[in-house]
This record gives sequence, C-alpha cells and structure tokens, in this order.
Amino acid sequence: MNAVGQTLVLFRRVMRNLSRQPIWIGFMLVQPMFWLLLYSQLFRRITDLHGFGTVSYVDYLTPGIAIMTAFFSGSWAGMGMIEDLDRGVIERFLTTPALRSAIVWGRIVQSGFVSTLQALVVLLVGLALGAGNGGVLGWLVILAASGLIGAGLAGFSNGIALLTRREESMIAVANFISLPLLFFSSILIARSLIPGWMRGASLANPVEWAVRAARWHVLPGTSWGQIGLYLGLLVVFTAATGLFATRCFSAYQRTL
Amino acid sequence: MDAVVVSGLEKTYGKDVRALDGMTFSIPEGQVFGLLGPNGAGKSTTVRILVTLTRPDGGTATVAGHDLAREPDAVRRAIGYVPQASGVDREATGRENLVLQGRLQGMRNADTDRRAGELLELFSLDEKANALVRTYSGGQKRRLDVAMGLMHRPQVLFLDEPTTGLDPEARAAMWDELARLAAAEQLTILLTTHYLEEADRLAERVAIVSRGKVVVEGAPDALKRDLRGELVTVDLGSSASDGAAKVVEALPGIDDVLAEGQRLFARVDQGAQAVPAILGALDGAGFPVAAVTVSRPSLDDVYLHYTGREFRSDDEAGK
Ligand SMILES: Nc1ncnc2c1ncn2[C@@H]1O[C@H](COP(=O)(O)OP(=O)(O)OP(=O)(O)O)[C@@H](O)[C@H]1O
Ligand SMILES: [Mg+2]
Repeated sequence: MNAVGQTLVLFRRVMRNLSRQPIWIGFMLVQPMFWLLLYSQLFRRITDLHGFGTVSYVDYLTPGIAIMTAFFSGSWAGMGMIEDLDRGVIERFLTTPALRSAIVWGRIVQSGFVSTLQALVVLLVGLALGAGNGGVLGWLVILAASGLIGAGLAGFSNGIALLTRREESMIAVANFISLPLLFFSSILIARSLIPGWMRGASLANPVEWAVRAARWHVLPGTSWGQIGLYLGLLVVFTAATGLFATRCFSAYQRTL
Repeated sequence: MDAVVVSGLEKTYGKDVRALDGMTFSIPEGQVFGLLGPNGAGKSTTVRILVTLTRPDGGTATVAGHDLAREPDAVRRAIGYVPQASGVDREATGRENLVLQGRLQGMRNADTDRRAGELLELFSLDEKANALVRTYSGGQKRRLDVAMGLMHRPQVLFLDEPTTGLDPEARAAMWDELARLAAAEQLTILLTTHYLEEADRLAERVAIVSRGKVVVEGAPDALKRDLRGELVTVDLGSSASDGAAKVVEALPGIDDVLAEGQRLFARVDQGAQAVPAILGALDGAGFPVAAVTVSRPSLDDVYLHYTGREFRSDDEAGK
C-alpha cells in the first residue's frame, strides 16, 4: 500500500474511534455555536468603534470563530497521539512496514477534516444570525483556511506529543507556544485596533494568515492575490509541521 | 537456514543499565525457541530489538534472512509480534483491529477479511468479534494479541510472555493452540517466559538468560539430564540459612549448596540417603528444620544451577 493509501486507512481509524464518542461529537459541534452566540452578544456594540470594515459584527466574527475553533482542535490534536503511545498502539504500528509519515498524516488529515466540519457549523449558525460571509466563495475560503490551520497546528501538536510523551508536558508546551499565536492575531479584534508592533509580529503568525484569508470579504481591499498567498502559506505551514512531526517520530524511536 | 541469528547484541539504557551484554543465539527455521529468565534479564529488550523497535548499541542480528539494521522493512514484513503489554486499540472491535493490522501489513482487502474471520474463530473470539476490545476479558484480549501477530501469516513470530495474566485453564488452552500452530504452519517462534513449565511444554530449545546474556542453551530434556541427582530443599522455618549451609557443605556426597533466606538447596546423588545425614547434621548444629523436600531435576533446577539463584528478579538481585 502506498503512502496515500496508508494515510487514508489510518485517517479512517481515528475518525471511527472519534465517532464512537458521542459526548465529544456534541462538544465539537456545540462549542463553536456557543462561542459565536456568546461573542456576538458580548461585543455587539464594538463595531461602533471605527476600524471594522463592516457594520455587522457577526459577519466580522464568524470567520474568526471558525479559525479559533480550528485553532483549539489543532492544538490539542496531540492528545490522541499520547493515548496511542500509552496504549502501545504506536509501537505496534512501528513493527509493521507502515510509513511513519502516514501515522502522523492520518492524524493531521483528521484534524483538518474536523476543523472544516466545525467551520461549517459556525457558518450555518452565522447564517442564522444574518451573516452571509461572502457567499459561496466566502464560505469556501473560510472552510479551506479553517481546515488548513487545524491541520497545520495538528502537525505541530503531534510532534510535541511525540517529544514529550506526557499529557501534562504537552499541555504546557502547547499553551506556551500556541496561545501567543492566538493573541497575536486579529481573531476577535480589528487589525487597526492592534498596537503597531504587535501587528508587525502577527505577519509571521500562521493563525493570522488564516484569519486574514477567512475574513477577506469583510475587509475592503483584500485581493485574491493576497488570499492565494495566505492559503499558500498555510499549505506550506502544514507541510512543514507534518515534516516536523515525522522527524519527531525518529527522535521518539531513538529513545526506545 | 536459521530464521533468527543474534550475535553479540548490546544495549545500555541511560548510563549504567546494561540491559544486554553480548546476547547471542540462533533459531533454526520452524523451531520454537524459549528465552527464559528472571525479571530484568533482558528478554523483552532482545525481542524489541528483533522486531525493529529498539536500536542496539552493538552487535548484529538477522531475522528471516534480513539484516536488522539494513533492511528493517523486510524484517517487519516477515515477523509477527505479540508484545508483553498489549498494543491493541481498545476503542475498536477485535475484527477492526485485525483488519487494520492486515492493511498495514499490505494485505489485500478480501484476504484481510477472510483471514480476520479465520483467526477470530481459531481463537474462539467469534462472539466478541464485533464488540469493542475495551469490553474484553484479560484472556480474550491476550488471545486477540496473538491473533494480531499471526494476521499476515508471518514467517517468524515473537511472543513476549504470551500467557502472563491468564488463568491456568486459559493458559493451557493457549499452549495447545501455540503448539498446534507451531506444528502446522512451519512457523519459527521465539517465546519469552517466566513459566518454566511453559518453556518445557512448548519450546524445543531454551536459552536461559541472566543479566543480558545467555548462560546456558539446549533442549529442555538435555538440560535436565545434564543435572545429575536430585535436589533437596530444606526449609529452616525462622533461622537464616547461611550458617546452616556451611554445616551441610561439610557433609560427604553433597554437590552444590545454596542458601537463600530461610531456605537451603542441596544437590545430591540420592535424596533418600542424603536426607537423614543432612537432618542429623543440622540438628546437631542447632538448626531446627521446618520441612524437607526431595525433587527430581526440573527446569527450575537447571535455572538454579546455572544462575546460582532461585528463579527471581535480576532487578532485585542487583540491589
Ligand atoms: N526503556 C527503558 N529505559 C530504561 N531501562 C530499561 C528500559 N527498558 C528496559 N530497561 C531495563 O533493562 C533491563 C532489561 O529489561 P527487560 O525488559 O529486557 O527485561 P525482561 O527480561 O523482559 O524482564 P521481565 O521478565 O520483567 O519482562 C532492566 O534492568 C530494565 O529495567
Ligand atoms: Mg519482559
């Protein structure tokens, strides 16, 4: 079986196991809805400030919530890997000819898939609240940006899981590295309201790339070239973290 | 041809845990070979190296004709591995576990399904086939572990303590199944175990390992035959056996004497003749005796003889 076939087989395994956890599914779908409803109430009047390119805060918020949901899905993706490590599942895989990269990519694809699904829920709730989100094209870009950032962060998270191998350590590292990515982005706040130096730093932030791509339709003057650039950067980011996680596999195996 | 050739394997964990110290043995094709030894002797480390999980610090090995270091994927295709601690997916059914294993080993879809059904039946798991492994009993789970190792019809099967945690009945059933497999499928099996009885029952040849190397190797019967005489075990009740050992050693016709806590082991030509003399001498020296037994050599005794210790942990003995 080739790399793609193996990745699909392992992707189906993690999806199947996930689908057997009804509580998790409920949580996965309800959480983004909850956020969207909460924030849209909380910040209803914030668009009175200048700097938002649109009058509807829901329209502004939906892409951000979609990316934020993907952010958390991706950042915690390594937990599943740690469970597999603890249960000896990974060691069993390692004694088969299965590619290490396929073991990692099965989980990365899963995280991208779940993030895309969650983004769809956010978009539907947003629609119910009156946010059009740029029509079909807008939806497609938001779904792609959410899926890619979820997948990219999952690669990173899985790599950290393989290096630390302990839930507590993974949580600490994930918090330390991932949370700043969230705060150095314009997920919840207009870019023009962010201090200048932070705005500069946010340009190197994959989460910000995803937010910018997803929010193109509410920000006047965003060109397709920029969207293409951001999505392209996210693809590179995902490939890089996937490579990182595969490398971490080698490091992990050296300690056995 | 030898299915497994292990030559001078070395492995050190951290700075000073010498898990393997020149492990050397080989297994002819189709043979069931037992690695026997106390806790921490290096059995699992040896197996984990041979299934390509752990990298050795020194030495070489080939499995099914493939060099471990140069052709790990060829080795992986040729082997089945049943780890000491189960590696099945608890959130999947038995059948799903088997099918995934087959897919990862590159089996075709139709063949995978057929083989999974076959093994579920063979290991009496048909009833549980579609239940999550989480709901399996310890014995059912262990049987699934073994089935997983056999899924892609490997040439060499590595079993790391296959019957640990099974009740006596389940253990006997597993022994029957393994014996049958070994005979029917021309499978080479490397088995590690704590149960001397298990090695006696299943293995054509055993190697007793201690502190990371083989101390003696041979057919169980031959090993037992090499031990002359009988073993007298004296239970001294409350007193320590060190002083008593000196008393017994001084007697004529006594080969080996070993003191262990409150127990004393002596190898003698004829148990019936030696016991009165031993009892007399101990009584004379003021050692009260709680119990005496005389036994024919077993693999236990072989073990005792070659390692100078009773069957117990190297980890403990090291302290
Ligand atoms: N990952 C590891 N890190 C550090 N030390 C280890 C590791 N694995 C094994 N050891 C040490 O190496 C030695 C050999 O261990 P091994 O597991 O091979 O023994 P074993 O013969 O299988 O014992 P048991 O019968 O208890 O399974 C022991 O001293 C053990 O503590
Ligand atoms: Mg062991």
